[in-house]
Amino acid sequence: MLTFSPQAIADLQRDLLAFLPELVLCAAIVLMLLIRLFPATGRTHLGGLALLAVGGALVVAWLQWTRSGSLPLPDTSVRYFTGLLAYDSLTVFLRLFLLGFVALAIVLTFFTHIPDSEDSGDFYVLLLGGTVGMMLMASANHLLMVYMAVEMASLPSYALVGFTKGRRASSEAALKYVVYGGGAAGVMLYGISLVAGRFGTGSLTDVAQGVGAALATGTLDVPLALGLAFIFIGLAFKLSAVPFHFWCPDVFEGAPAEIGAFLSVASKGAAMALAGRLVLAFAAVAPEQAALAFAPVLALFAAVTATFGNLAAYSQTNLKRLLAYSTIAHAGYMMMALACVNTEGMSAVLFYLVTYLFTNLGAFAVIALIRNRTGSEDLSAYAGLVYTAPGLVVAMGVFLLSLLGLPPLAGFAGKFVIFSAVYHAAADASRPWLAQIYWALFVIGGLNTVISAVYYVRALKVMVIDKPPEGVGDRRVPFAAGSYAAILAMLVFVLGIAWNMLSVASERGTASFPAPKATVAAKG
Amino acid sequence: MLETDLWQMTALTFVPALFALILVFVPATAKEALRWVTLLGTAVTLAISLVVFVGYLDVLEGVRSERGVLPWHGKDAHLEARVDYALAGSEVQTGPDGKALPGSLRPQPASDLVARSAWIPRFNIEYFLGIDGISMPLVLLTTLLCFLSMIASWGIEKHVKGYCMLFLLLETGMIGCFLALDFFLFYIFWEVMLLPMYFLIGVWGGPRREYAAIKFFLYTLLGSVFILIALLGFYFTDVRDFVRPEMVKAKAVEIGVRQGLSAGDAEKQWEKFAKDANVHTFDLVTLGKAGRAAMRVLNGETDKVIAEAPSTDKAGMKERLKQPFFTSFFQVAMFLLLFIGFAIKVPVFPFHTWLPDAHVEAPTPISMLLAGVLLKLGGYGILRIAYPICPWAAYTLAWPLALFGVINIVYGAFAAMAQTDFKKLVAYSSVSHMGYVILGIAVWSARPQYWEWGMNGAMFQMIAHGVTSAGMFFLVGVIYDRAHHRDLNNFRGLMEPMPFYGGLSFLIFFAALGLPGLCGFIGEAFVVLAAWTYSPVLAVITAAAVILTAAYVLWTLQRVYLGTNPAYKDFPDMSVREIIIGVPLLVLAVLLGVFPQYFLLSWMQPSVNGLVESLSKLTGGQ
Repeated sequence: MLTFSPQAIADLQRDLLAFLPELVLCAAIVLMLLIRLFPATGRTHLGGLALLAVGGALVVAWLQWTRSGSLPLPDTSVRYFTGLLAYDSLTVFLRLFLLGFVALAIVLTFFTHIPDSEDSGDFYVLLLGGTVGMMLMASANHLLMVYMAVEMASLPSYALVGFTKGRRASSEAALKYVVYGGGAAGVMLYGISLVAGRFGTGSLTDVAQGVGAALATGTLDVPLALGLAFIFIGLAFKLSAVPFHFWCPDVFEGAPAEIGAFLSVASKGAAMALAGRLVLAFAAVAPEQAALAFAPVLALFAAVTATFGNLAAYSQTNLKRLLAYSTIAHAGYMMMALACVNTEGMSAVLFYLVTYLFTNLGAFAVIALIRNRTGSEDLSAYAGLVYTAPGLVVAMGVFLLSLLGLPPLAGFAGKFVIFSAVYHAAADASRPWLAQIYWALFVIGGLNTVISAVYYVRALKVMVIDKPPEGVGDRRVPFAAGSYAAILAMLVFVLGIAWNMLSVASERGTASFPAPKATVAAKG
Repeated sequence: MLETDLWQMTALTFVPALFALILVFVPATAKEALRWVTLLGTAVTLAISLVVFVGYLDVLEGVRSERGVLPWHGKDAHLEARVDYALAGSEVQTGPDGKALPGSLRPQPASDLVARSAWIPRFNIEYFLGIDGISMPLVLLTTLLCFLSMIASWGIEKHVKGYCMLFLLLETGMIGCFLALDFFLFYIFWEVMLLPMYFLIGVWGGPRREYAAIKFFLYTLLGSVFILIALLGFYFTDVRDFVRPEMVKAKAVEIGVRQGLSAGDAEKQWEKFAKDANVHTFDLVTLGKAGRAAMRVLNGETDKVIAEAPSTDKAGMKERLKQPFFTSFFQVAMFLLLFIGFAIKVPVFPFHTWLPDAHVEAPTPISMLLAGVLLKLGGYGILRIAYPICPWAAYTLAWPLALFGVINIVYGAFAAMAQTDFKKLVAYSSVSHMGYVILGIAVWSARPQYWEWGMNGAMFQMIAHGVTSAGMFFLVGVIYDRAHHRDLNNFRGLMEPMPFYGGLSFLIFFAALGLPGLCGFIGEAFVVLAAWTYSPVLAVITAAAVILTAAYVLWTLQRVYLGTNPAYKDFPDMSVREIIIGVPLLVLAVLLGVFPQYFLLSWMQPSVNGLVESLSKLTGGQ
């Protein structure tokens, strides 16, 4: 007979407490599936239940963050579930980020009616399931867990993209996403098996030691390098980094705008967190060598991604497609901070993610609201919108300009934090050539901002300066829905002025990793 | 203590934005109400700026009576002295034994017009506002021109609500820029101006408005990116040797607390952590001190700099003076970034091409603000930020800078002469006149007294040009409203049906031309005098360019106002509303021309001279 030692039971209790937010979501998923079984309740709209579950999980995560729960958040990383997952401030920060986003997205679906009562069960189950996967991505501490979490986040996303079943474009997008996603997942799994095979373990702690040692001694052999490259390719696909971005515009165009927001914010946030955790784990073992090895590659991808995204957005006439390319560009900006290969850069990424959450969700929300009125997502459907819905245009203007990074909006604070991290990395670089790379990255980032102004401002111009098209219907949105957009816009504005708290929180988000030692002054 | 000056300056900055918020609740169809509320907003702002002005005169007066000297020799008229004094003063209040510390015995004035409060502590960003003789006249110019151009906006019929709101937001941005003493805050306001201007040109402008608006937007945004780079460059310099030692100590204690010590223990052992207590700041005053130190370091006076610094850690300071900030490459690079960023706004040739387009397409009141205030922000940025923080580069590059100024003057004048569009002519005349500003600032010669002329001339020219260019654009607008074209070759004989308008035009254009007795003359004369002592060649070219200016102005006046033209015989003369706008500008042009000392120089000069003194003593042996 199997017996458990008291120690094992205590561990299990600790692990379950750490895992509580995910457990709440899992319970809600099971409950929603059960409700569907009964004819009496099968057709109720489950949005309220989903929101309740997310809210509950959010409260638990908040208690964890503020250390007032039964499991205080430790300063260092705690491994749990036999080391498969890590419980640290990065985990909890991402939980708050993802749950906060999903809560807002669910509220948005109340206004846009995208899942009707009949479909609501499927929709919210998939949404919450994907969220659990993303939360696991943010806390994975084992390569096997990395793969499972990525898959768990991806599979619901594929279905959600094709959620509007009747629309051809939607199904096409889902198919494209599955094919590309499947390919990327395969590559990633191959990379994982190479790395795990090389070290005989998949535990990130051990792998980081091994990789760190290999970097420090300069013995990074081909299988290991290839394995790491494949893993990062899998993540680059999730991040839609060039050249693994091909799915992004088509998927965004085909998917409902609500799902576009989900993919661009939540999915990207989880992928950034996972990439950051890997990079920081390597950097914790061998900071200088990790920077020398990863920074050039990440910087190259970041520069190409941001530049390509911004240039390709130029010629778009579909607003969702335009935002898809803008998403690619923003992934590039975030990778610039990641390329710093230190906690300051990662804190900047976390900061940027939060500003991006409100901004991008707001932009997609406006798209969804206008789609409900006009049935179109083309930029031309927005011509002269200011005449009928001035409030909504002001909100959209705030979102677009925040994406552009104009003060005093949240997007500027985010860009400022990222650029300042890159500048600091350049000033502190251990090699002149590395400093050159960071300087180049810095300049490219700045120029990209100017380039991106053209298409963001053009979208704004269409709404404000162009004449409304002939025979356009009533484009006013319901008051409650408009208020939703207005509140998000207000948050973007407030976050652009009072961002000290967020900045402190994002710094804490990476507190479990060792901070960079060298500073400008110490170097002299 | 209630900081009256903080609230005064905050109100001055944000009252327009507040009125924009009020406008949200006024229905869009009530056009007349919208206009009156906006006018009230600009009027209230104007009134607050006058209150602040009286407060500033008080500050000056206090200096005068206490030291028994003329204000332009009073050291405390300078912003930096007041900022330092305020910091020392706050120390008096928090002193443990209640005794005043030596060097800060003078009581803290109730209102010294420098005010700071923490904003984003993690990045040491402050909400830091202040006023001195350099920003005060520009603020007054801004509030006055906003008031007048709002009156001129009465003819705007399209989307009045949006127009008024953007107009007020623009005013907040402009005033905030002049008041900000924290570089980050300055940058925020600098960018805040961008978008309202884009829409004001893009929606309410002429036929090619979209092109002009986006061109303006992209040019300025590019300039902003340059400024942002410099901003970060300054921020990542450890300036702990240029702040009060208490700040470094506080920082060290904070690090100790973060490492788990109790507050008391950290206080006792603070020196252990002092090594890591880096101070990074956006404070323009502190950065200015570091910039001056950089110049002396580059002049080989490192030991003197260290000896005179308040820092107690002399050995560490020697190391810190090797930071990139104190190298010639960094100083020149940052200066060029800032200069280009601001030069786009001035505009300096060859970054000026957005200006004629923007001006021609912008509606009349917006042209008035664009020429009257926005261009000044470029000159102000150079004076307030580029020169104090990168003085070595400014001194080294003085000759090319002066040359750019002269090119601007001559090029602008020639370009103006070639125009057939009345508004474009005025736009190019702005390019030409702003050249005097650049030249006046640039002539950093060996003798400070001549540079003082140049600097004061540049400042005076900014104000004078603000008055005359706004006036000229307004006058062009008046005739455009009647004739519906701006073709210089098709006017003729406007004096006959519109004698009042003609008379006003002659005086304003003469003021722009630089006729003695009117405001344009003073600034130009100062600048040319200063330029002569710097380089006679440049001065001769500059003086000769006055002939060009006279040529295009007189030729324009001849083509537009003289002769007879039966087609325009029935034009009504200026309406009461138009007179209300035009006459104050004319009065200012005359008063500034006849009593420059009384109306402007007496309270502007102390600050300008203070800046010149603090910089010119850096040049070493001369």
